[in-house]
Amino acid sequence: MAGKQEILKGIDLEVKAGELHVLMGPNGSGKSTLAQVIAGAPQFTIDPTPLKLRGASSSPITFNGEDITKLTPDKRAKLGIFLGFQHPVEVPGVSVFNVLRRAKQSISGPVSGSSHPTSSTKSNSKRNQQSLVGLRALDGTPSATATRSLSAFRQELLEYASSLRLSDDFLRRSLNEGFSGGEKKRSEILQMMALSPKLVILDEIDSGLDVDGLKLVSSAINQFRFNNPRSSVLLITHYARILKYLKPDFVHVMVEGKIVKSGRLSLAREIENKGYQAINF
Amino acid sequence: MANGASIPITNYKYGFAKPERYVFKSKKGLDADVVRQISGFKNEPEWMREQRLRALSIFQSKQMPIWGADLSTINFDDIYYYIRPTDRQAKSWGELPKEIKDTYDAIGIPEAERKFLAGVTAQYESESVYHSFQKQWEDKGVVFLDMDSGLREYGDLVKQYFGKAIPPADNKFAALNSAVWSGGSFIYVPPGISVEIPLQAYFRINAANMGQFERTLIIIDEGAYVHYVEGCTAPVYSTDSLHAAVVEIFVKRGGRCRYTTIQNWSSNVYNLVTKRAFVEEEGIMEWVDGNIGSKITMKYPSCYLTGRGARGEILSLALAGENQHQDAGGKLVFLAPETSGEIISKSVSHSGGRTSYRGLVKVIKSAERVKCNVRCDALILDEKSRSDTYPTMQVDEDNVTIGHEAAVSKINADQLFYLMSRGLTEVEATSLIINGFIEPIVKELPLEYAVELNRLIQLNMEGAVG
Repeated sequence: MAGKQEILKGIDLEVKAGELHVLMGPNGSGKSTLAQVIAGAPQFTIDPTPLKLRGASSSPITFNGEDITKLTPDKRAKLGIFLGFQHPVEVPGVSVFNVLRRAKQSISGPVSGSSHPTSSTKSNSKRNQQSLVGLRALDGTPSATATRSLSAFRQELLEYASSLRLSDDFLRRSLNEGFSGGEKKRSEILQMMALSPKLVILDEIDSGLDVDGLKLVSSAINQFRFNNPRSSVLLITHYARILKYLKPDFVHVMVEGKIVKSGRLSLAREIENKGYQAINF
Repeated sequence: MANGASIPITNYKYGFAKPERYVFKSKKGLDADVVRQISGFKNEPEWMREQRLRALSIFQSKQMPIWGADLSTINFDDIYYYIRPTDRQAKSWGELPKEIKDTYDAIGIPEAERKFLAGVTAQYESESVYHSFQKQWEDKGVVFLDMDSGLREYGDLVKQYFGKAIPPADNKFAALNSAVWSGGSFIYVPPGISVEIPLQAYFRINAANMGQFERTLIIIDEGAYVHYVEGCTAPVYSTDSLHAAVVEIFVKRGGRCRYTTIQNWSSNVYNLVTKRAFVEEEGIMEWVDGNIGSKITMKYPSCYLTGRGARGEILSLALAGENQHQDAGGKLVFLAPETSGEIISKSVSHSGGRTSYRGLVKVIKSAERVKCNVRCDALILDEKSRSDTYPTMQVDEDNVTIGHEAAVSKINADQLFYLMSRGLTEVEATSLIINGFIEPIVKELPLEYAVELNRLIQLNMEGAVG
């Protein structure tokens, strides 16, 4: 075992339902680590001592009032947490569709299975139940219902893919294997749309995208927020350029494992113009 | 061939009892008397009896192989070499080990099929399906029989090919099989005939074909095609500890044969099988060989490419869990110019299991412009498990293109986290990664096998992960 290294040095961040937060900061400031810690990456541990010393009553990480600090990543996903990876991992021989089908089955609560990519969260609970039963049946004896729900789900994914300008055979490709940088990012957005999470963390979703890609992804995020008004987004980025297309409620700056400044969109503009060094912490 | 069917061998007796109705059991252990008894009991022609006896003396004189898996605990004196097929299997559902019943549940094997697999019924009840196909085959002159019937009904043809690809002296277990064989399949496909539906031992099979010492002979005449499928994904219970089968295939000019096996013998079984195909000019042989069950398997399907332009492909899949050693691979022997071949091996070891890839690529002098590619990938799931690679290359011709790639990998923590962050449990994520790893081979399997295999892997992982 390598020695332990402290990466995050006390993060205080609250994201409310429906909000879009942007987390900025220079390389190595701990942004990605924070994203992974929230999603439950097993290689990080949280030291609860500082919290206790401060006499804080809350747990290190709570989600909708529930302490999720000890939950494995899959349990967090089931609660509605989604991480769009900075470097999506290749899984050879496993198709995008196969992963999403299983993910959809696992994440029982939320949404679709409906063929409507534009449906809103509120109206979905009943439909969900149906589709879930159907999808589950698929692993046993295929039933007519299962086939219908599955094809509806596939149809839905195809529409998302098309809106992200991913090719028709995209769902059949091995997950992230041989994807271009832009395809990987759009694939993460596709997964977000398919799973309709309550908290979306997007780790440098804008890096490696050209202008067109950036517009596509931004508009997909806006559409997602419109369709899921109670879902929150935490967007991690180096650059303010994506903020031409997105309207954050809050902007935070992270340096050396701490959030050193929080503000509104103007903070991002300031960083864009003057760089991180010029920010007066 | 056309009249072969109508010429009964000399001592064939009409109305001879079907093997299933034999009431006969040899004594334990093996000697010439036992062999004579078996042959006499089947009322075989003289040449077969003589061949069995020659094979017996070869078996007795050959040393146990000292390479490969550990076979030291096989006690040849403690085995019945011929038993009524039904005596070999569980008598009732209740006799069946619990883990096998649980597996049937988990992978969703239908009731009728379970009983057949468990040996509780000797006949799988989709016979009717089989019969409708059978009519079509017969009209085209296709022969698909169990080997004992094949010998009775097509004696001359059998005599011409039997033991020609794998002579008794090939190895100790081939000798054993040649001495005491029973059951297996006999297939002949006439020139130019393409059998569109895979021939599954399944449909026709009776208990005899699940035998200890099956002998299969397949002859694909010029330009003909068949896909033969044997075994099943679901575990097959056997009270025998030793299975030594021999499969011989002859692919004539321009013919093509695909032979798919999935073996999932129960964990008490030594599975020692010799499989070899001779492929003539422009012919194609494809072995798809999946090994999931057994205690020890040693099996290296082979292609001897004898005619210009012949091609051999071997896809080998091995899964080894606790107390299992899968020693599998393949052999390609290039004996003519412009022949080509490929071996793809994928193995997964977990829970202390062991996989070995053992392969041979041999090119004789003058076999110019041979193209050959070998790829073996091993996935090791935990520290207790093991995987080894034993590739052998003997290339005596310079003008050839030969590639060999091998890789050993572990389940990647990043892959696990990525999939789990999508809501998949550790077991689901691990199973999916494994299924992705073996996908290049699984996609070549008939769909129902592929589906069952995926479920089976998940089931294995439930025991192995966490």
